[in-house]
Amino acid sequence: MNTKRLSVHIFGLASAALLSAGAALAADPAAVIRVGSLYEPQNLDNTAGAGQGINEAFNDNVYEALFRLNDDGSVTPALAEKHEVSEDGLTHSFTLKPGVTFHSGEPLTAADVKYSIERVTAETSKSSRKKSLSTIESIDTPDDKTVVIKLKSKSISLPYNLSYVWVVNDAAGDITAKEDGTGPYKLADWKRGSALSLEAFDGYWGDKPANSGAIFSYFTEAAALNNALLTDAVDVITSVQSPDALAQFEDASAFKISEGKSTTKQIMAYNDRVAPFDNVKVRKALARAVDKKKLLEAIWGDRGMVLGSFVPPTDAWYEDLTSVDAYDPESAKALLAEAGFPEGFTFTLETPNYDPHPITAEFLKAELAKIGVTVNIHVITANEWYTKVYQAKDFQATLQEHVNHRDVVFYGNPDFYWGYNNPKVTELVAAAEASDTEAQQADKLREANRIITEDAASNWLFLYPQIVVSNTATTGYPLNGLNAQFFLRGIAKE
Amino acid sequence: MGRYLLRRTFVLALSLIAAGLVLFVLLRLLPGDPAAALLSVGADEAQIAAARAQVGSDQPIWVQLGMFLSDLARFDLGKSFVSGTPVLPEIAARLSVTLPLTVASFLLAVAIAVPLGIISALRADRWYGALLSAVSQLGIAVPVFWIGVLLIWLVAVKWRMLPASGFPMKGWQDFPGAFRALILPVLTISLVMSASLMRYVRSATLDVLGADYLRNARALGASFPRALIRHGIRNGAVPVISILGIELASTLLGAVVVERVFALPGLGSMLLLGIQQRDYPTVQGVLLVSTLLVLLIGFVADVVQRLIDPRLRETVAGR
Repeated sequence: MNTKRLSVHIFGLASAALLSAGAALAADPAAVIRVGSLYEPQNLDNTAGAGQGINEAFNDNVYEALFRLNDDGSVTPALAEKHEVSEDGLTHSFTLKPGVTFHSGEPLTAADVKYSIERVTAETSKSSRKKSLSTIESIDTPDDKTVVIKLKSKSISLPYNLSYVWVVNDAAGDITAKEDGTGPYKLADWKRGSALSLEAFDGYWGDKPANSGAIFSYFTEAAALNNALLTDAVDVITSVQSPDALAQFEDASAFKISEGKSTTKQIMAYNDRVAPFDNVKVRKALARAVDKKKLLEAIWGDRGMVLGSFVPPTDAWYEDLTSVDAYDPESAKALLAEAGFPEGFTFTLETPNYDPHPITAEFLKAELAKIGVTVNIHVITANEWYTKVYQAKDFQATLQEHVNHRDVVFYGNPDFYWGYNNPKVTELVAAAEASDTEAQQADKLREANRIITEDAASNWLFLYPQIVVSNTATTGYPLNGLNAQFFLRGIAKE
Repeated sequence: MGRYLLRRTFVLALSLIAAGLVLFVLLRLLPGDPAAALLSVGADEAQIAAARAQVGSDQPIWVQLGMFLSDLARFDLGKSFVSGTPVLPEIAARLSVTLPLTVASFLLAVAIAVPLGIISALRADRWYGALLSAVSQLGIAVPVFWIGVLLIWLVAVKWRMLPASGFPMKGWQDFPGAFRALILPVLTISLVMSASLMRYVRSATLDVLGADYLRNARALGASFPRALIRHGIRNGAVPVISILGIELASTLLGAVVVERVFALPGLGSMLLLGIQQRDYPTVQGVLLVSTLLVLLIGFVADVVQRLIDPRLRETVAGR
């Protein structure tokens, strides 16, 4: 977190370049980086339900934004050269970098930026970020290089939120099957169900990438993905799904295993609107009844971490809250009795049908049986989860992984699927957004998170590890992959 | 024969329409909403409503059915809800992987199963006849994905002779690459398929060997190989062709598993993803096309049987 309020720095390549600096010795600038991934984009438009795969392939590679969310969680200017904020915090003026052209050859203008932001806020937009930009009242373009955004209320996260907004040529039209961005790479080829290839864009305004392009190969089976790396069909794989797979890559002369910081949290969310989960004592009892360390170990071995709340260490408002409702089945039983359930109760746990949810569900069932609570495991698909749980809120409790960065603010929305409603938290989350400084924002959110944790709003199980494996010849790739991004420009291959 | 073909074509068309209707209804009975595939956690009510309007899942089912049928009448399978691209060209692209995979596996399986099946029947009393029979029994018991995983581990990972998975981006334009990519999947399917086929060929041959007409032919002075080729194969082929038709059809559908193990961009992976996302146009399109292919295979098998066996032709009713 170091968004400058009045930033005139040219950060250019930010962290990616730093990462690659050490590896540039024998790097081959003509190398094509072969990336193996499980997340095939469904289309090429991040506002049209393309899935996380499109962020992985395109963010900062094909499309840039006014700001960039770096791999360390900081936000730095990208296409914005200058960012000025009015005294009341409601008017933000952005000056665009000069000499930027789209892949189609057209120059970047303020109108393109306005168009791009309105794409995300448009009625037809499927972007999950739409809501966070709802504070925008108007966008003006006094000249070709200046964009002025007026807000309804102050928004400290504006630069961060704008880092999700691809700057697209306003003449591009439908971009579900083509692209027109300003990034260092342009789309070379896309074969649905198989692969997507990018090649370096000669007219890029910034420094040349450390490679000449990349191919993303897509897999549906984790085993096939691992085999691809083992057989040298890819150079790097972006996500390892289980610790068992790592044993194959133990040969340190051939492979490199890196563990970054993830933002993916597995949680058991209760429907806080319905009994018995509207009772804070019941929620706290269930939190204390689960040995999360043991669960994490069963699923991830010695990787990942137990959080104790919804906030991962990459958020500035993180603090260790594992002691609030630490594992203690005895006190769990006592709390249940106090809440009026001395004999326990029965509930249905909506369990997505993919790993690790079914394993976790079985574990929870065994743990909660020890305090007399019976779990009925109901297995559903991702699609059913969305319609039944997220949309219709027709559930008692559910397992889910939440992948987003900075998403504790969801607890400030009483309409969210889990139905946590604490006016104090809602107020703090709103106040945090209206903060003047990032320190103030962090303080407010830290306070909110403490209340959420004391309320045991959900049962936060653990934070996934973020594991990237590559061959030893490949260096300079991002480790944390925040927002599923995978910056290519710094990746070098010997 | 001409009338038979006409009637058979009519039945085929009717079956296809019936299959389409059943598919349409069954898909919509599944819980879930195609709009969900377009959205993620964080979307608000208005976005959900807009997505439902876009894919038409907010419309009553008969309105959806009317749209589906009117599109179908124009040979338009619609556009994928999720990717927004037309389904038909996508299916064509996927078939360029699935069809060669299926046909090559089938031909190889037949090439393995027919001679081995005949040998194991003719030499049922020898040790290698018994061995062949035992091996084919084992082959039936082994799941196809297990053979795939084993072959990948041995040939691709350990020996590095062939790619472990995937298909070249340029498809068949990169002929050597595409060919190499299909070797292991074809081997996987044909090994398993030839095991069961061999059993059928073997029992058909055993039936023929005990048949009166073969004994008669021998009594009339034909040599054993001549009697077998002239009378035996023709008679034995009729039941085997039915089985071949069924096997070919199930290979086409069973390719789903193998495509997944080998990460091939075929029809199967398209179908699986379509089902997960409740992408109705994709699922309907893939299933209609594969139903058509299966019906066509059955059609061809019937016709071929009739050509081989005059008795089938003579029955007036045809069946």
